[in-house]
Amino acid sequence: MDTLESALLAALGVVALVTAVLVFTCDSMARVTFALLASLCCVGGVVAVLGLPYLGVVTVLMMVMEMVVMAVFMIAYMMNPAGLMPMSMLHNKRGSLAVSGAVFATLVAAVFLTPWPAQVGEPPPDTTFQVGKALMGEQMLTMVVLGFVLLATMVGATVLATRRGRYDRFGDDLDLRPARDPVRGGVGR
Amino acid sequence: MTFELVLVLAAGLFCVGLFGALSQQSIVMIMMGIELMIGGIIVAAAAFWHFLAPVAASGQVVVVAAVVAMAVEMALGFAVTTAIYRARRVDTTDMAEDLKG
Amino acid sequence: MVEAAGWWSLLVAPALLLAGAVLAVAGDALLAARDAGRPRSAVAAARPLLEVPRLLAAQPRRMPAPDRLLWRLGVVTVPVSAVLSVLVIPFGHRTVADLSVGVVWFNAMEVFTWAGLWLAGWGPNAVFSLVGGYRFVAQGLAYELPLMFALITAATGAESLRVGDIVAAQQGLWFAVWMPVAFVVYLAGVSALCFLGPFGYPVGRDIASGVLGETTGADRLLLRAGRWLWLVSGAAMAVPLFLGGGAGPWLPAWAWSSLKTLLVLAVLVWVLRRLPVLRADRYVEFAWVVLIPLAIVQALVPALVVLNR
Repeated sequence: MDTLESALLAALGVVALVTAVLVFTCDSMARVTFALLASLCCVGGVVAVLGLPYLGVVTVLMMVMEMVVMAVFMIAYMMNPAGLMPMSMLHNKRGSLAVSGAVFATLVAAVFLTPWPAQVGEPPPDTTFQVGKALMGEQMLTMVVLGFVLLATMVGATVLATRRGRYDRFGDDLDLRPARDPVRGGVGR
Repeated sequence: MTFELVLVLAAGLFCVGLFGALSQQSIVMIMMGIELMIGGIIVAAAAFWHFLAPVAASGQVVVVAAVVAMAVEMALGFAVTTAIYRARRVDTTDMAEDLKG
Repeated sequence: MVEAAGWWSLLVAPALLLAGAVLAVAGDALLAARDAGRPRSAVAAARPLLEVPRLLAAQPRRMPAPDRLLWRLGVVTVPVSAVLSVLVIPFGHRTVADLSVGVVWFNAMEVFTWAGLWLAGWGPNAVFSLVGGYRFVAQGLAYELPLMFALITAATGAESLRVGDIVAAQQGLWFAVWMPVAFVVYLAGVSALCFLGPFGYPVGRDIASGVLGETTGADRLLLRAGRWLWLVSGAAMAVPLFLGGGAGPWLPAWAWSSLKTLLVLAVLVWVLRRLPVLRADRYVEFAWVVLIPLAIVQALVPALVVLNR
């Protein structure tokens, strides 16, 4: 690890922490969302600097898409999205501070007290190849489980979020063609 | 020393997220806290891979799993928020405590 | 074959991108003049460029309670991400940085326009521009997945995410020949990303120019330049991904790169003027029901070919 990488890590780490704190101190929901995006982009940067360029860039890519979608929901569900009239939406602030402070102290103590083992082996020349080969080889089961989890998420999220079922679309006997949809157009209609 | 500091960064992100997840009322804000906690886990996994066992791919697989967890948490979180808001006009956890013992 | 050039390429790459954007804008103005029956002269071609000094000198518009920080951030993100995406695109045999994850880098930079345009719509605290920002997010949900599959298809064919390797893998046969669906889907995705022509829904006339509606001066210049910069960047990326990069007879590699890029750019500019504006909800359905299955089947082809090689 040379000086440039250490400096990059330090800068990314500081920005990640500062923006993480901003997430819970800003008033405007749009700013909150994009502070979180900045923090998670720095996380992706840290991952990339630590020698995992693929996972780092993919994290950034995913977080940008996620946070833009999140901004849409934030604006939709928060009563004061622009934060023009600051208000507190917290409960049990003191307890939460105590719990998270205690967890932080414990974790930091553990980090410095644990006798970490020495580094085993050298990183492979192509780390992307390493993770790909692992996911398609010895870690295949992980990959399969993740795939099924994602499939279940897609189905579950759609079922939960949609209001209209097939009877709303196709009538009581499911024989209404074309389907009765609020928006016309698209494919086949 | 860099290794420990990166782990402290991970712990910091995790605990800021934990504070948010515990203290926020709005469901969407709680999800932001959880995202930060998973971000901390990603940093820690990458650090373990880089500084302890770069020869094994397990650290990278943990990062992949964490990223997937983030996506799942987001998708299902918004679906649940949408469902409960549509049914009862509820958008904070304090208004949805029917199952509180 | 493709190698990283020195530090000077950091200055040359954005300059080339800008030159391409100027050419594209001039070509578009010429086509507009032809469609309107005006004479096709150098003046007609240069007319949109006269906007630049006018916008730079224009007085900024003030809005009640804007989110200035996010507004600026969004406006700057669009052209800056376009410039950053060019870092991995080879020009002939040279590139600024031949990253091992070049394709993913390009994709990540392209996704930043989502954030940029949504922020540019949110910032001015105006209804129509926010509607425009939302429209772009809806459009993004439509074009992004097919575009990703198209990028993955080229990467699968080359068994690498490095753009240089993708160029090298097309020594015998261009990917555009045996991955035509991916090529077309990629071009459609790039045009949607630039919100030009049929994908101009986020800046539609029905919402008073949407995202662009409340911007003035340098902000407007940056946003409008950003979309043309992205069009050029997308056309330039199509060359190493599908058209064999700088490969070609007689001429040097850089000449072939620029020729192919200009050709793709000309086709895009011409086609984008021919089509009516698409509503995002219609395009989402078309993209998810037709384009994604097609793109997945297309991605299967190089996967099978590579497995049996």
